Amino acid sequence: MDAILFLIFAAIAVACAINLVVQKHPITSALSLVGVMGALAVIYLLLGAEFIAAAQLIVYAGAIMVLFVFVIMLLNAGEEKKPARPSWFAKILGVPLVIAVLGLLNFFVQHGSPDSTITFGEYTGTAKDVGRALFTTYLLPFEITSVLILVAILGAVVLARKEMD
Amino acid sequence: MNFFIISLIKAGIVAAVLMTTLAYLQWVERKVIAHIQLRIGPYRVGPHGLLQPLADVVKLLTKEDLVPSHVNKFFYLAAPIISVALALTSISVIPFGPEIEVFGVRTYLQLTDLNIGVLVLLAISGVSVYGVALAGWSSNNKYALLGALRASAQMISYELPLALAVASPLLLFNTLSLREIVDAQAGYSFGFIARWAIFQGPLPQIISFIIFLIAAFAETNRIPFDLPEAENELVAGFHTEYSSMKFAAFFMAEYANMVTICALATTLFLGGWHPPFPVEFGSNYIPSALFALCGAVALYHALHPARPKDRFTLPVFAVVFFAIALAIAVPALNPILAPLFWFAAKTGFLLFLFIWVRGTLPRFRYDQLMRFTWAFLFPVSIVHLFATALAVALFTR
Repeated sequence: MDAILFLIFAAIAVACAINLVVQKHPITSALSLVGVMGALAVIYLLLGAEFIAAAQLIVYAGAIMVLFVFVIMLLNAGEEKKPARPSWFAKILGVPLVIAVLGLLNFFVQHGSPDSTITFGEYTGTAKDVGRALFTTYLLPFEITSVLILVAILGAVVLARKEMD
Repeated sequence: MNFFIISLIKAGIVAAVLMTTLAYLQWVERKVIAHIQLRIGPYRVGPHGLLQPLADVVKLLTKEDLVPSHVNKFFYLAAPIISVALALTSISVIPFGPEIEVFGVRTYLQLTDLNIGVLVLLAISGVSVYGVALAGWSSNNKYALLGALRASAQMISYELPLALAVASPLLLFNTLSLREIVDAQAGYSFGFIARWAIFQGPLPQIISFIIFLIAAFAETNRIPFDLPEAENELVAGFHTEYSSMKFAAFFMAEYANMVTICALATTLFLGGWHPPFPVEFGSNYIPSALFALCGAVALYHALHPARPKDRFTLPVFAVVFFAIALAIAVPALNPILAPLFWFAAKTGFLLFLFIWVRGTLPRFRYDQLMRFTWAFLFPVSIVHLFATALAVALFTR
C-alpha cells in the first residue's frame, strides 16, 4: 500500500515538475510547482513526518506560491515567446551537462552508504520532536536562517520604499 | 473491515448533515437579515419559506451552464472544484462529540483525529486561496481579476493573525490534535466555571478569540470584509463570469468555510461539546428545556396568529420542537444528543454572529482593511502570543 502510494505521488511530482518546465504560461508553471509541493507533502506524510508535511503545505503551497501566483496575476504576464532557435550555448553544453547530472545521480544511488535506506513511516516527525530539535541541536543554524530571512525582508523594504523628498 | 464500514457510515452522515446545513444556513441568513431590516424574508415557498433552499437548488441546477468564449477553459472549470472540494474536506477533522456506543460499537463523533489536526485546517485554508485566485484570473474579465487580487491579498494578510490567534490556545493545551484540545477543556475550575480556553488560566484567551473571529470574517470574505465581491464597484468579484452549478459551488464553498471556521472557533476557544456548567447543576436538562420553550412559544403564536396560515404551520413546528425535547431527554439518547446539542449551539451562535454582523456593519474601504490587519491586528496578536507564552512558562508546572 505504502509503496503504491509512493509510486503514484512520486509520479505526480515528476510529471508536475516536467510540466513546470515545458509549459509556456507562467501561471500554469507556478501551479505545476504547487502540484510538486503537494505531492512532496504526501511523500513526507508516507515517511511519517506529519509536521513537515503540514508545514510544506502551509508555507510553500499556501504562502510562497500564492504570492508567486498573485504577482503573476498582478503583472498580467502573458505567454513566453520561445526563441526561434536554441542558443549555441545550449547546443554545446546541454547534452554533456545532462549526462553529467545523470551520472552523478547514478553514482550516489549506487555508492550511498549502506545504512542509508529508509522505510515507510520511519520518522516520528511530530511537532514536539521538530520543535525540540530546532531549539536544541540545531539552534544556531535556525537562528542564522532567521537572521538571513530578516535581512532579505529589510532588503525588500529598502528596494520597495518610495523616495521621500 | 469494521473500520471501513464505520468510517463510511460516519462520512455519509456528516456529508448529509453538512449539505443540509449549508442549504438551510442560507435560508437562516435571509430570514435573519430580513428581520433585521424589518421584512419577513422568504415566505412563499413552503411554510415560512422552508422549501426555498430546495427551490434554489433546483433553479441553479436547471439554469443554462454557460462557459464564456474568452476564458481559460481548464482553470475556469477547475477553480470551483478546487474551492468546494477544499471547503468540504476541512470538516473531517472537527470533533462533534465524545466517544459513544451505538449497537455495541464504540466510536468517536468525529470523522478522523489527526495528530496535526489544527495544522491541516490551516493548510487547507491556505491552499483554498487558489480556487478564488484562479477563478478570477481564468475568467479573463477585469472585475473578476480585481476581485481575485483583492481576495488573495486579503486572505494572505489575515491568515497571519488567524494563525497567531490559533497558536496562543495551543500553548495552553500542548497538543495539535483537535480531540485532545477538546479533552483539555473538560472540567470546571472552582466547580462551576468551565475550563474553556476563553476562561482557562493562566491567561484567558478572550483577546485571541476576538482576533480569531475578526480574521475569520476576512478569511471567509464576509461583510465587513467582503471587498472581493463589493458589488457596487466589482459587479460580483471573482465569480462574475460563473453561472449555474459553478456559481453554486462558490456559494457552497463560502458557507462551508463559514461553518468550518465557526466549528474550529468552538473547538479551540469554546470547549467543543462540553456544556457551559457542570452536569450536577443540570446542564443535561437545558437542551430539552430550551426546545420545550421553543415549542411553547410556537404554540402561543399559533393561538395569536399574525398571518392566517400560521394557525396551521406553527402547531406543527411546536410538535417538532417537543419531539426533539423528548428525544434529548431519553436517558439512552442523552449522552449522544446533549454534547451534539452544545456543539451545534455554540457553532450556531457564532454563525448567527456572522449573519448579525452582516446585517449591521457597512463595508470597509480597501486601504483601511489592509492597514487594520498589518498595523493593528498582527502586532496585537504577536504581543498576545508572547504574553500567553510568558504566562504559561511562569504559572504552569
